[in-house]
Formats: sequence, C-alpha cells, structure tokens
Amino acid sequence: MDKIVKMTALVAPMDRANVDTDAIIPKQFLKSIKRTGFGPNLFDEWRYEDVGQPDSDNSHRPLRKEFVLNQPRYQGAKILLARENFGCGSSREHAPWALKDYGFDVVIAPSFADIFFNNCFKNGIMPLVLDESIVDGLFQDVFAQVGYELTVDLESQKIIKPNGEKIPFEIDAFRRHCLLNGLDDIGLTLAHQDDIKAYEAKHKQEAPWLFA
Amino acid sequence: MSAKTLYDKLWDAHLVREEEDGTALIYIDRQLLHEVTSPQAFEGLRMTGRKPWRIDTNLATPDHNVPTTDLTGGVASIKDPVSRIQVETLGMNAREFGITEFAMGDIRQGIVHVVGPEEGATLPGMTVVCGDSHTATHGALGALAHGIGTSEVEHVLATQCLIQKKMKNMLIRVNGQLQKGVTPKDVVLAIIGKIGTAGGNGHAIEFGGQVFRDMSIEGRLTVCNMAIEAGARVGLVAVDERTVEYVQGRPYSPKGDDWDKAVVAWVDLTSDEGAHFDKVIELDGSLIEPQVSWGTSPEMVVDINGFVPDPAKEPDVVKADGIQRALDYMGLKANTPMKEVPAEYVFIGSCTNSRIEDFRAAAHVLKGRKVADSVELALAVPGSGLVKQQAEAEGLDKIFIEAGFEWRNPGCSMCLAMNADKLPAGKHCASTSNRNFEGRQGAGGRTHLVSPEMAAAAAVAGHFVDVRDYL
Repeated sequence: MDKIVKMTALVAPMDRANVDTDAIIPKQFLKSIKRTGFGPNLFDEWRYEDVGQPDSDNSHRPLRKEFVLNQPRYQGAKILLARENFGCGSSREHAPWALKDYGFDVVIAPSFADIFFNNCFKNGIMPLVLDESIVDGLFQDVFAQVGYELTVDLESQKIIKPNGEKIPFEIDAFRRHCLLNGLDDIGLTLAHQDDIKAYEAKHKQEAPWLFA
Repeated sequence: MSAKTLYDKLWDAHLVREEEDGTALIYIDRQLLHEVTSPQAFEGLRMTGRKPWRIDTNLATPDHNVPTTDLTGGVASIKDPVSRIQVETLGMNAREFGITEFAMGDIRQGIVHVVGPEEGATLPGMTVVCGDSHTATHGALGALAHGIGTSEVEHVLATQCLIQKKMKNMLIRVNGQLQKGVTPKDVVLAIIGKIGTAGGNGHAIEFGGQVFRDMSIEGRLTVCNMAIEAGARVGLVAVDERTVEYVQGRPYSPKGDDWDKAVVAWVDLTSDEGAHFDKVIELDGSLIEPQVSWGTSPEMVVDINGFVPDPAKEPDVVKADGIQRALDYMGLKANTPMKEVPAEYVFIGSCTNSRIEDFRAAAHVLKGRKVADSVELALAVPGSGLVKQQAEAEGLDKIFIEAGFEWRNPGCSMCLAMNADKLPAGKHCASTSNRNFEGRQGAGGRTHLVSPEMAAAAAVAGHFVDVRDYL
C-alpha cells in the first residue's frame, strides 16, 4: 500500500448528507473480480446521463454537466469534502476502490458510516472527521474560491488552509502508523500468530462445539 | 465483576489481544462468503502465498448474481457473462482452498444471511463475519456478527482474526405488545425513522424489551438485519428459550455432549442486570403502526396513514434539501397521502424478509385475492432452496401463483438487482427489502420499504394500503 505523509491538493465539494455506497459505485460494477478500474464509474448515476454498464466505453458517455465532478474547476481534485454519514449502506469495498482509482486520497466529513470508514484505511484513503461547523466553513471556502487547495499533514495531524490556518484532526494511533508506513494489516496480525494460537487452544477447551 | 452487556461478553470472550490505543484482534468463529466481495480476497491470498487459517470455519454460497428463473443449466444458465464469471470464480476459489460451497443447484443454496441460521452454521455466542453489511442479521441468535469489507475478508481468511476497536453499547427497548398487522419489519423501520440512518454509528445495538422477547427468531433476524440501516454494524438480541429451540437439530448445530455443553454456556448470553449502555432508546410497541418508506433513505419512513413530508416545514437546510431531492427522485408531491402512492411492482424477498414466516404472512393476505391489473410485476423470491421447498410443501407457492405473483428461485434478486431482476426507471415498488437508495433496485427505480403483509396488500390494491383492512 502507498504511504501517505503530507499532501496538498484541490478540494471537490459533495454537498449532500447520507451519500450511500450504492451512489458511490452502483451495483452493476461490483461484478468485477479485480480491485482496480472503478474510477470511471465513481458516482456513475450522478455523473452520466445514461445508465452505465461494466463494458461501457465511459469516454464516450454523455456527462451531466452540472454534477460537481464534471465541472472544470474541480478536475484533478484529490480531497473530497462531504456531509454527514458519508459512505452509508453496503460494505462494498468497491466504494473506496472507486474513490482511490478516481484519484481521491482524502475524504473530509462530519461523520462516516462505520464499515466505509474502516474500508478506507485498508486502501490508503484518509477519512477525516471534523466538526460540522468547520466542515460548513470549508464548504463556503471551496464554493467561494476556484482552485481551493488544502494541505493534509498526517505526521502533525493537521489540515492547513491556504491562509495558513491550521485545523487539527484526530486519528487512531494504529491507523496513522499503518498509513504513514504503508503497512499491510495481515502481515502485522501474523506477527502475533502465537497469541492467536494460544487463544485458539483456550477457546477450543471452552467451546469445543465450535471445533467439532 | 461489574455488570456486562451482551456485547461486552461476546467481545471479551473473543479478544485475542488489545493494543494500548484500544485496537484489538478478535477471533472469528464463522466466515460466510459470497461471490461479490470475495474474489479480490482470494486473489490477495494467492498473490502473497498465504493459506486460510482454519478452512472449516468458512462457508460459501452464491446469491447476489444468481438468476431466479430457470436454473436447470446451473452456472451456465446465467446469461450475463460478467455475473457468470463472478459465480464461477467463487466455485473455483472454494475448490482451490477446500471451502464448503452450496453451489447453484444445491437445495441449500440461497442468500448467505438466510442460509447461515437455517443450517445452524451461525450459532449463539459465535463471532460471525461476511463481506456484506447485512451480516448484522445473525446477531438475532446472540452472535456477534459484523459486516466487513473485502480486505477484511482476506484478513479473516489468513489470520482467523479481525482488527477492531470496541464499539459503544446502545439499547433499544421496545415495550408492550404490537398491534395485529404490525410486524418485525414495521418495528425496525419505526426505529430507523426515530434514530436516523446514522443513529447507531459506532454502536452495537441490543434490541430488548417485551416486543423482542415475544418475537419469533425469524422476526428477530429481520430486525437485526436492518441494524446497519440505523448505522450500527452489529445488532443483537439476547439468547432465550426460543433461540435454543430454533438452533436445535440443524445440520451444523452441536450434537450430543457438545449440545449439552453449548446450551449451558448460552444461558449467559444476555446483558447483566445493571449493565451500562452508552445510549438507551425506548419505544412503546403498542403505538407502532404499519410503516412505508417514501424517500431514498430508510429513515424516510412514515405510518401508512401518514403523508409525504413537506420540505417547507423542515427548519434544517441540509435536511430540507435532502427531502426535496428525494421527492424529485421519487416523483412525489409533498403532503400526498401515502395510500395514494401506486405500487406498480411488488417484490417479496431479500435477506430481510424471505424466510418461511414471511411467505406464510404474505400468503395469508393473498389467499383468495388477485394482484391488481395495474401491477406490472409481482415477484416472490424465497431466501433459500430449503425455504422454497418448505413453502411449496405448505402449498404457499400455489397461493402466490393464483394471486398473480411469479414464484421464483432463491437469491438476492431485486433487492439490489445484480441479476436480471430489475425495477425499471420511474416505477414505484412495494419492496420487503432493506434499502430504498437511489437506483438500488434498478437505475431510476422508486423503492418503498414495507413488510411482506403490506407488500401483499399493496399488490392486491395496486397502491399502498393499511394491511389491517385486509386481515
């Protein structure tokens, strides 16, 4: 997994609450057996006029010009600014895969759905939770200023606005460590395999029917 | 020892290790696998040369892409080549890694969350995971069940553990007795309407109170299934005699001495008197009316005798905007009585409502009645081959067919339309499924979430009605 330390990037606003994973990546694209290639179908139903299929040539599909990610000013955005309960609904990891494949490394919102939040970390996306009032302020900034960029510094746990103002954010120590070092969860867990085996032996004594 | 909640007990009993910041490894007793969220996990194992830690804890069945029409050709009967590859890939992975699969054509094949409890493959006191958010379902048996992403599917395959932080405890207590015609589905929709789709974020929800004590296990499965629609990954109901009776004698349930030991251990799977909950919500069960969703989020729900809400009456700007967007998508006008909303399609199925009791309840409404001429398609899709077999043994299939329903083969079907069963754009559907998100049942489709009884009554009337007038 790629390391994330510090980045400065254009911000795109997704100004609606409860954006669900069916909206982030519609079901017809879940039929792929790969982890990549979902970017062109991110927010497919909001982004295109027609109904996309896995074999569609996306470069020739009619775009909904008013949709935020189709507007020229947000091209190249790597930070998505969102509203409450972003990523609710299904557990599909295709949602963070699609966001990452499109180019987003950071999603900022007042709250996230639990499973989506977890899935982001496994794919090198930083889901950052900020107070609703701060998120409101960022939305105003983004709408007001074309080319609005933020710097996200994971090392110091701060978001830096163009005027130099710093916004601190919380992140679990373990998750921060994994993102900073691009660590693979499975490798880390297998380093504790003696603990797992010891637990398993005890569990087998206590609940033998689970090992029948 | 301080008093513990059921969630605390299940957590403690599966804790392998915990770091200083609270990040923990918990041991997983059962993983259910389906074709949509597992291929990349198996690919990950192959790429790193890792092997499953305990193969016999995994159980696979295809469900999302499976056709509900003719299955005589097996996997070859899937016309969409992309869907077919996904189902074939599950079969190949199961064979390569030695995992038991209930494949297409096996009577035990069906929706993972129907199959697990039905087979006794998910049991009280277990930790259960599946790459599917509706895994919360299994908590109805007093199991700690999490929906997980594909990276976590791979992690559980390789290590038998899940990296977790402990959630907070929430108790939703529904007191009293339900009115006739009010079902577990109405209870959970009313709860989501009250606490919102983010109300349970970060929490494990235990459903307690007289209503759940009186509820059948299948009803509890319906309620826990939709905990995720209230934002909670985990839904739980304490173990009681109904649980033990339900589990006994199923193919994967413990036998002999093991059974006796298990039953003794399961007695403790309740929250202790005085256990601390971070949040407690109380509802009076006797006040719950049959529910129907009007919008594009499961919290957008009203009583059947209610009205489509008016964004002009909502003071919060973001919420008013959400209501207006939902009205535009649903093609509804503010203040319309719900009973005037048409039901052009009807879908009875999904991991929420496709068990035998659901079909019995819907058949009770349909018996001697006909689907309205204005209904374009009414589908009944059992949750597993065994549910279908049981329904047919009871003659329920004939009631559905005589009423004008199509009686189909098991799978996820029109809940999320990954197979050929799709809701066309602009059509309103009375659906017993769990999500009314934009495009969920088909691009542009308009979903209204209801109970099986309410769906059957809507099919007969051609629009939404109060099922109590049909009982």
